[in-house]
Amino acid sequence: MEKLVVKDLHKSYGSHEVLKGISLKAKAGDVISIIGSSGSGKSTFLRCINFLEKPNAGSISLGGEEITLQKNKQGELVPADHKQLQAMRAKLAMVFQHFNLWSHMTVLENVIEAPIHVLGLSRDEAIARAEKYLRKVGLDAQAQAKYPAHMSGGQQQRVAIARALAMEPEVMLFDEPTSALDPELVGEVLKVMQTLAEEGRTMVVVTHEMGFARNVSNHVMFLHQGRVEEEGHPDEVFGNTKSERLKAFLSGSLK
Amino acid sequence: MIDIIQQYWKAFLWSDGYHLSGLAVTMWLLVVSIAFGFCASIPLAIARVSKSKWLSSPVWLFSYVFRGTPLYIQLLFFYTGMYSLDVVREVGFLNHFFREGYNCTILAFGLNTCAYTTEIFAGAIKATPYGEIEAGRAYGMSKFTLYRRVIIPSALRRALPAYSNEVILMLHATTVAFTATVPDILKVARDANAATYDSFDAFGLAALIYLCITFVLVALFRKAESKWLAHLRPMKA
Repeated sequence: MEKLVVKDLHKSYGSHEVLKGISLKAKAGDVISIIGSSGSGKSTFLRCINFLEKPNAGSISLGGEEITLQKNKQGELVPADHKQLQAMRAKLAMVFQHFNLWSHMTVLENVIEAPIHVLGLSRDEAIARAEKYLRKVGLDAQAQAKYPAHMSGGQQQRVAIARALAMEPEVMLFDEPTSALDPELVGEVLKVMQTLAEEGRTMVVVTHEMGFARNVSNHVMFLHQGRVEEEGHPDEVFGNTKSERLKAFLSGSLK
Repeated sequence: MIDIIQQYWKAFLWSDGYHLSGLAVTMWLLVVSIAFGFCASIPLAIARVSKSKWLSSPVWLFSYVFRGTPLYIQLLFFYTGMYSLDVVREVGFLNHFFREGYNCTILAFGLNTCAYTTEIFAGAIKATPYGEIEAGRAYGMSKFTLYRRVIIPSALRRALPAYSNEVILMLHATTVAFTATVPDILKVARDANAATYDSFDAFGLAALIYLCITFVLVALFRKAESKWLAHLRPMKA
């Protein structure tokens, strides 16, 4: 069964249409990589899925439940029911390019925050979860009391991944999770993501890491100017590229 | 100096024999007006940064009026100005309230510090890193939870240094209270000066007491900063 279904999503900023009808289907265990040059709309598309950006047309359902939408004054679609939106977002944990950890909270507090105050877990349950997932992303007990500002970018992003895991989400959204990292720190984050993929977690990843897209994901979407230019299994997309634009993009990004 | 201390130490610290006076009154004025200002300024600061003009404009006007006029005039306005209105004298509750110098002083001080504190907190709320708000939304927080758990705790921490300054300024501003016959430290010093003509000692002693209070306030705020601003400091080796 499909976990996440996005149908024909459109998004405009004023008269500029950045998404011209994009659809996506993610079954349980799918790892979908979205690639494309900057300005292709890939981040906007991902941010529309959890309504951090408001799409202008299209529909989104999660776990078979479609989000009820209504038009606002600007002609954008907004969820009609805040409770439904919040419940949906809680099942769609997001990992951001710039980590976006809550800077006044320690690592442990960051990870237990949403499980306690959104999911309604007890503090003890949340701490047990947090410890489990912090261990999974390779952070020891000593790191739990640290503040994000006192850690490296790679460590911060791994905390952010643990924060997402602690929600035990249906689908994880990654918005260029390694783009803000120093090159030598990219590996540690990609390794954690690969482990998650191998565990069968459903992930949608906007990325510039072609190695990840090729080796870890089972579906690749190449976006160009707000459209899906080419998509399919990575062996097909990378091994037997059809679109000229993707060929140009790949030859550029492999240099 | 010894004479004045012997004769007035009790009045300088807590009692002139009939009423509370001196340090006790000054601290009472400070604590009550700061507490009122703090509690009222949090919802006002949230309204101040609201996108809705209907919420933000009244708060802007309030803070503009109270930051744009001298505290001394505000006190005179509440103490003598209000009481000169017929309506205030005729309505039992208002008559009762505005006849009491303490009430007028607390009202003026509370509103004044509230206006400044609102601006300090509003600035700190506006400076919340946008990504942290977005993360709260993306994890399913309601607007209320987002304010309660992310925006306000983060903003209050950021505001702490500016806020400690406001508290110390407020301490010094309480010296206008004698205008409304409130016997604070300065009032005792004036009495001592009038009785002994020993101005240097009378006002010097008052200044010393204010210095001591400031010393304690600064120490308290330093402690608070080391507890709540640890995330902004470079890591300890």
